[in-house]
Amino acid sequence: FLRRNVAHFTFFKDQPDASLGATKEMNLCQTIQNSLDITLGNDNTAIVFGEDVAFGGVFRCTTELRSKYGADRVFNTPLCEQGIIGFGIGAAVAGATAIAEIQFADYIFPAYDQIVNEAAKYRYRSQNLFNCGKLTIRAPWGAVGHGALYHSQSPEAQFMHTPGIKVVIPRSAIEAKGLLISCIKDDNPCIFFEPKILYRSAKEDVPIKEYTIPLSKAQIIQEGSDVTLLSWGTQVHVIREVAQMAAKENISCEVIDLRTIVPWDVDTICQSVSKTGRLLISHEAPVTGGVGAEIAATVAKECFLNLEAPVERVCGYDIHPIPHVFEPFYFPSKWRCLDAIKRMMNF
Amino acid sequence: MLRLPGHSRTLYGLCRSFVNQASKRQQSLSTNGSAATSKVAIEPNTSKMSIFSGHIKGSITNTLEFVRPENITPLPIYQVLDSDGAVKDKSHEPHFTDDHLVKMYHDMTLLNVLDRILYESQRQGRISFYMTNFGEEATHIGSAAALNPKDLVYGQYREAGVLMYRGFKLHEFIDQCFGNARASCKGVQMPVHYGSTNLSFVTISSTLATQMPQAVGSAYAYKRAQNGLCVVCYFGEGAASEGDAHAALNFAATLEAPVIFFCRNNGYAISTTTIDQYRGDGIASRGPGYGMATIRVDGNDLFGVYNVTKAARELALSEMRPVLIEAMTLRVGHHSTSDDSSAYRSIDEVRTRDKRDNPIVRLRKYMTKRGCWDEEKEEKWTKDSQKMVMEAFANCEKSKRAPVTTMFENIFDKVEPHLQRQMKEMNEHIRQNPDHFPLALYEKSST
Repeated sequence: FLRRNVAHFTFFKDQPDASLGATKEMNLCQTIQNSLDITLGNDNTAIVFGEDVAFGGVFRCTTELRSKYGADRVFNTPLCEQGIIGFGIGAAVAGATAIAEIQFADYIFPAYDQIVNEAAKYRYRSQNLFNCGKLTIRAPWGAVGHGALYHSQSPEAQFMHTPGIKVVIPRSAIEAKGLLISCIKDDNPCIFFEPKILYRSAKEDVPIKEYTIPLSKAQIIQEGSDVTLLSWGTQVHVIREVAQMAAKENISCEVIDLRTIVPWDVDTICQSVSKTGRLLISHEAPVTGGVGAEIAATVAKECFLNLEAPVERVCGYDIHPIPHVFEPFYFPSKWRCLDAIKRMMNF
Repeated sequence: MLRLPGHSRTLYGLCRSFVNQASKRQQSLSTNGSAATSKVAIEPNTSKMSIFSGHIKGSITNTLEFVRPENITPLPIYQVLDSDGAVKDKSHEPHFTDDHLVKMYHDMTLLNVLDRILYESQRQGRISFYMTNFGEEATHIGSAAALNPKDLVYGQYREAGVLMYRGFKLHEFIDQCFGNARASCKGVQMPVHYGSTNLSFVTISSTLATQMPQAVGSAYAYKRAQNGLCVVCYFGEGAASEGDAHAALNFAATLEAPVIFFCRNNGYAISTTTIDQYRGDGIASRGPGYGMATIRVDGNDLFGVYNVTKAARELALSEMRPVLIEAMTLRVGHHSTSDDSSAYRSIDEVRTRDKRDNPIVRLRKYMTKRGCWDEEKEEKWTKDSQKMVMEAFANCEKSKRAPVTTMFENIFDKVEPHLQRQMKEMNEHIRQNPDHFPLALYEKSST
């Protein structure tokens, strides 16, 4: 008997920061709703818009917000991504906190021009006469088991090459709330990619009150001495499991969640690699021109004398992510990661 | 290994809902049926068409007849001041004082002088690029005069007259073209990409039509802020072919934004004439298709442009809805200094058309008849305006460029650590290789 949709990862719960007070069990989807709720409550200029957000969103991330805050603050737009982002930029330019939803990260490309040529360059080209720092773009992201070519993509590298925007990806419900609120408050246009496979499966105790997690700060989830494992989003859970598998073979892994793709936390990564001497970067997106390439090149330069083995990148193959029925073979799975670790240890 | 109880079931649940959501995208294109929206009752509609869409009011017909655009009467062109400088219907004559008329005439002609001097300076290699406004001065000044000076303006690049009317100084135009330290954008953008917060004029970018959906977003924010202001968005008839134009017009209508779309239809998008740009009745005919109040105006008629813009502003703000204005005009100059328009059109023909009807000449005829302008004033103003521009030009040409480190600033709100590192690298490289850089042109860095 073969299950059709077996999860390629195991979700690791985190303990909430006790100093943040009372918690409530929420999944990632609910924490997004909760973060937007807090924002709309605190900031009267804040608006939430996109395709189908009014009734609660196709993933239920905006439920009840319209009835609570009004139809002028939570509303549907026509089905047009370049319009959604252009509209959001304009609202931000006029002083509103604009939270735009793109229904799937796969459909962000019609808005690529508005993001790359407009949002990212607004402050620079006017030398801060005008800016759209109050814009946040949310989009469901990453593999989901059967999303095929247009419900699976991880386009963060496309935006990493664009100065002027921040790209942030959380790995869990607790992280999603702190990072999304930081994106909304940050005075730069931010893209917040939400791993949609975690929407319901990432359930943990999330602090109820407002809190932020700093952008451009990676998090060392587990300390180790032999290999640094680096990823973001869902794949963090894969490398956490890989670290457990490696431990059984007496390999000590340091597990890091990058969290912010750009501007990324060079210092934390390089310090870790200087200590361990080995780096494995893993992401769902195709390997060529992926975020891993940028990190590998930087680490190769900054940690040249400390590296004991070539930097390994265990990523998606250079095919369109993700061919429907071949998904299990496409993944940078825990087994592929473990192989790479062994290669590095035996180098 | 931590496996959550019921994990696989939760995942399965997600997968099922995911299938629903994924297919919703297609469904939303056809009908409003979706598992996810099933809670929303379909409004009972007594009209014969209710089974299709609640917003279509058409009745059933048994006649098979296509709507043919060639059978529809083209939208008329509103005019107040004719090419002889005469007002046919006095009830439409705006009540400008003599001083206001002279100010508008000064602005149009000063822009003209500035255009000629900056165009020539580009030909001499003193600035890198320029775009003139010849023939379209009335669209700028007429519309600007009808707005509240705080109304937010989004332009394309050929609307310098709006800034001129609002009080942008000559040196501000010229400094921007030189890319000096004093320039609005400190030299990071090409010439004619002006911007001003004081004058509520959003900084121009080269990308065509991108400003259009942005104008809608700003107008929506203004509506919510209830600040009594509207947003005005200028664009050419070529830019109207971009997808962003479609997005903007549709968003403005459905989200009921107080925005005035002002299309300058000057007949050309670089070399492309309107016959290759569209086959409908210009841009204005698209307005009703989006459910938008629309008007077409003679763009060489300052008064006509003023009246329609004033009325559009009132309509937009009192009814909280967008308005589309199409101003018919002629691009008299080349597209830009990188373009020789004789390669695709007869310069003689353009000159003839411009001679027959030029917006500045038209206003001058009116003012002369009215008695607030004469040959003597014209001669004096011609001299004075040229002197003003030449003096400002000489002053700006001597100004230095911003410090080199400026190029790392304003990428983000703060100079991020990786940019600080790169700035240091650059400074060190310049320090060691000073002879390879034109450092004398730039102000010294403070860092």
